[in-house]
Amino acid sequence: MSTTVDERVEAQTAGRNDQPKGRRRPFRAHLDAGLYLTLIAAILVMSVPLIWMFLASFKESGEIYSVPLQWLPEAFDWANYEQVATSIPIGRMFLNSVFLTIAGAGLKVFLGLTCAYALVFIDVPFRKVAFIVVIFALLIPSQITIIPNYTLIASLGWLNTYQGILVPGLASAFGTFLFRQHFLSLPISVLEAAQMDGAGHWRRLWRFVVPMSVPTIAAVGLISLVAEWNDYLWPMLVTDNTDTMTLPVGLTLLQSLDGLQNWGVLMAATVVVTTPMLLIFLVLQRRLVSGLTAGAVTG
Amino acid sequence: MTASTATPATLAPTHPHEAQRRAARRRKRLRNLGFFALLAGPNIALLLIFVYRPLLLSFYYSMLQWNMGSSVARFIGFENYVRWFTDPDTPQVMGTTAIFAVTTVGGSLVLGLGLALLLNKKLFGRGIARTVAFAPYVLSGIAVGMLWLYIFDPRYGLLSTLLEAVGLSSPQWYTTSPWALIMIIIVYLWKHVGYVALIYLAGLQGVPQDLHDAAALDGAGKTRTFASIVLPLLGPVTFFLLITTILSSLQSFDLIKAMTDGGPLGSTTTLMYQIYVEGFQTGRAGFASAAATILFVILLVITAIQLKFMERKVHYA
Repeated sequence: MSTTVDERVEAQTAGRNDQPKGRRRPFRAHLDAGLYLTLIAAILVMSVPLIWMFLASFKESGEIYSVPLQWLPEAFDWANYEQVATSIPIGRMFLNSVFLTIAGAGLKVFLGLTCAYALVFIDVPFRKVAFIVVIFALLIPSQITIIPNYTLIASLGWLNTYQGILVPGLASAFGTFLFRQHFLSLPISVLEAAQMDGAGHWRRLWRFVVPMSVPTIAAVGLISLVAEWNDYLWPMLVTDNTDTMTLPVGLTLLQSLDGLQNWGVLMAATVVVTTPMLLIFLVLQRRLVSGLTAGAVTG
Repeated sequence: MTASTATPATLAPTHPHEAQRRAARRRKRLRNLGFFALLAGPNIALLLIFVYRPLLLSFYYSMLQWNMGSSVARFIGFENYVRWFTDPDTPQVMGTTAIFAVTTVGGSLVLGLGLALLLNKKLFGRGIARTVAFAPYVLSGIAVGMLWLYIFDPRYGLLSTLLEAVGLSSPQWYTTSPWALIMIIIVYLWKHVGYVALIYLAGLQGVPQDLHDAAALDGAGKTRTFASIVLPLLGPVTFFLLITTILSSLQSFDLIKAMTDGGPLGSTTTLMYQIYVEGFQTGRAGFASAAATILFVILLVITAIQLKFMERKVHYA
């Protein structure tokens, strides 16, 4: 899990340099051209929709509703963004999303860390049962739980509140599972030495286990960050008030407000929803990818 | 360390310090229990309240004639299940669910493997390809649905321009029956192919170079090596991806919500989407809970298959 895909690619290509070359050269050149064309096609298919979204968000409606279509906007015009802001309180929604994402991901990591520590390092008779409770929760998709959870949150009067959006999703089964796997691989001698020195569980967790688990914490934290930011179904069910609404829910609200689909405005709002995750992805690509593919590669 | 080695409680302590030791052990056990409750308790309590309780409650709701928000509910046994199985919409819903699952799973595995093989070659620019291929996977399904809805716009969309350039006219993607589902499948593939490709890429890099060399020495061509060596070695990865992509495909919601809202005429309503529509739009919460239970059983069977064959996939590490 600690080896990222990137590192493996590099290791692999390093050993590849001694491949026989020059054999059947014309065919190879032909093949390479084909491969490069495929690669370029793949890059275009994957990137053009995103570029198109950014461009459209700066086009005025005459440029969007023109046949034949106009590729580039005449000028980078922020009118669509202003239109978004007058239709929905997008600033408020952005702050709601930022707050709920950070609080949600932070609490998820915290709950996962403490729970996994207890499952691995604290000796109590029913530890196995507790672990089974965590593991089986992984098999229960959140979609099955929406109706009972909705009635509970509604009866608590938590509709349109931050806690109503946040609390039902906090329980961390996947994070706890990943942390537990990692903790089992930690050198037990270090923790025994800490215990000899009189360090209690709390201190051992924060002073010894956490510093030895930074990559796993980063991976779980990033996965949670992305999942919380993009989460839609649950926040949509429990909010119809823009005071606590998150960005993706606001995006569908904007879509339903416009009788006539105004693509420039919708694309501007889509840019606001996607840009933070794109930036996090571009900056922390390695960690994020290793986290998202962790379950698979560890086998 | 373990608490189970304590002597039987009926024995009187023979030495005074034996009693002390036992008291110390009991204190330690209590302290451990306290710490365990403090550290694991919150997470486990949340799991019980927001995962296990609703799971059981969902079974119970499925036996009720009950509308969302109503305080009146009548116990009707398995009537909701009977209604679901005899509902005229059910064949269409299950057909759509099956078509969506098969095409998205098959498509993302084939395209993902192809992309992984391409990215595994030492080509200039493959780093960029890897980045742009994975990027959609981290984006909001609602946002992705929205930006593709614009691309699919039959009149002003990018795609209709491209189709016209090759002499085709754009289908009415939003409003005609097979096209709306095809549209969502295409977007689903675009969003998920990068994930599949990266898992396959990691698998490909786990194939030892020695095997390639040995196959080359034995005179095996590229195709032969791929078919008889690489593909079998990718078996465990493929199996893992098969299960995870089926599970995520059956649970997908956001793209359908953003792009078609289950329409036109219910032609993009999957079982997952039906739960939402029945539970929160028509308000038939009992019926929706029965549909949720059916989805849960399907997902559980698939997961059970995965667990059963789990040993197979650790053979090649």
